[in-house]
Amino acid sequence: MADAAITVEGAEKRYGDKKALDGLDLRVARGTVHGVLGPNGAGKTTLVRVLSTLLRPDAGRIEVAGHDVLGQAYEVRLRIGLLGQHAALDEELGGRQNLELFGRLHHLGAKRARARADELLERFDLADTGRKAVRQYSGGMRRRLDLAASLITEPEVLFLDEPTTGLDPRGRAEVWDSVRSLVGGGTTVLLTTQYLEEADQLADRISVVDTGRVIAEGTADELKARIGGDHIDVVLRHAGQLGAAVALLPLTGVTVDADRRLLSAPVTDRMEALSGVVRALQESGIEAEDIALRRPTLDEVFLHLTGDDHRVKEAV
Amino acid sequence: MTAYALTDAWTMTRRELSRWGRQPVQLVVNLVFPVMLLLMFGYLVGGGRGVSGEYRDYLIPGMLALTMAFGLEGTMLAVTQDLNKGVIDRFRSMPMANGAVLVGRSAADMLQSAMALVVLIGVGAALGWRVHGGAAAFLGAVGLLLLFRFAMLWIGIHLALVAGKPEMVQAVQILVWPVGFLSNALALPDTMPGWLGTVVEWNPMSHTATAVRDLFGVPGAESGHVWPAVIWPLALLAVFFPLAVRRFGRLSR
Repeated sequence: MADAAITVEGAEKRYGDKKALDGLDLRVARGTVHGVLGPNGAGKTTLVRVLSTLLRPDAGRIEVAGHDVLGQAYEVRLRIGLLGQHAALDEELGGRQNLELFGRLHHLGAKRARARADELLERFDLADTGRKAVRQYSGGMRRRLDLAASLITEPEVLFLDEPTTGLDPRGRAEVWDSVRSLVGGGTTVLLTTQYLEEADQLADRISVVDTGRVIAEGTADELKARIGGDHIDVVLRHAGQLGAAVALLPLTGVTVDADRRLLSAPVTDRMEALSGVVRALQESGIEAEDIALRRPTLDEVFLHLTGDDHRVKEAV
Repeated sequence: MTAYALTDAWTMTRRELSRWGRQPVQLVVNLVFPVMLLLMFGYLVGGGRGVSGEYRDYLIPGMLALTMAFGLEGTMLAVTQDLNKGVIDRFRSMPMANGAVLVGRSAADMLQSAMALVVLIGVGAALGWRVHGGAAAFLGAVGLLLLFRFAMLWIGIHLALVAGKPEMVQAVQILVWPVGFLSNALALPDTMPGWLGTVVEWNPMSHTATAVRDLFGVPGAESGHVWPAVIWPLALLAVFFPLAVRRFGRLSR
């Protein structure tokens, strides 16, 4: 792929015995939004830190915007923007002061740094609050300013490491809108997230990462097709009837959580599954406390993709 | 990249100056705190065991040295905050000169310490304290104090990079006090139990305080401590400057 903005081949990073990156491969086409989806500790942040030259990989070939992250770190830094997990701002300074500071450090010169700060404050709807200390900003405002700070030089490649973790729904929506507005400007975006929905909303393609490796890759639709559709949860009144229910109910691939008296199973047709379960319960006299249809959880996505049963049961 | 080394260092220094502008109260508190200590020990606690002549003449150089030592806390706190806020990560992901983060920190902290010296000396003068040495000796004394502060600064940077957590700053803040007081800043080592007096005489800060007393022409001041007051900070710098720079580079490990 000649037109790759990010190329990662066999990236490895070890911390003592723990392999944070274990032969990770990734290619991101120029001008696209790529989601990296995975649970805590999957290696997402390590990947972003390696790509943004903050961390030296132990092995692998890693190129960002056409430059090697090890040998040409300076060239890479000229072309990237980074939004880390926590807002990387000077809390004591105002919003405008922060942007001017980062502009100067990008060597824009005093005048252009000031103009760029004004432009970005305007664009991220922060013009009124530019003088206020960042300490007094709301979570969503802080994140938008942080995003503005990572766009000072209109980077070729932008890294967003869990951009909405810890934000309330409104803050999340604000950040999503900002990210969407970037796309089309030609910027390549690599976004890490724990939320299936977020990757779904924003990313053209998604890499699912676990234990330092990519375990699945594709568009959101492709992945969903592999993960399967909805699930049905049935909570019984008596734990003693769990075995009988598994045998009787018209479901396949049932998992049982005895402590919560819970049966779960993937379903293809929501209505058919629901009416089938209700009918079977009535006929057999097994008492249910609750029946619910729901989207698969991220745990189930990983169960499906890794086939790693016991780990998910622990999580459930 | 190196072409921007000075520009970037200046930008980083200006960042600190802007912070003072945003939080003038904090700056004033930092500058007034040593004055409070001076008044407390000079008038409230009083005394100065075994000191011949005016205790004030003995105390002020000690307080100047103590203020330089306490600067370590401020440096460590600021670097720790930057590390934990992720600001240093942003700096490191930018095409700026690598050293500017630490150079900016040094310049701003040295400036603040110089201001603290001016304030403390000014208050001392207002209290009737006079320097008896010449102008050159006076400047030499100020130079020794700032050299000592510079050594404390790099110890502070190193501790922040090693410990990295706000809780550790608290621990160091608590420890700096006894280490600061285990010197001849407030009282003569002769008046202390033998072993304690020995510890106190070994404290690098004691050499700085004694040398400053000597250069200020404080009556009865011991001479011969100027060289130790130069060599000790330089030795500390020779250890902690490379350690801190190496630690900073190791952030990418």
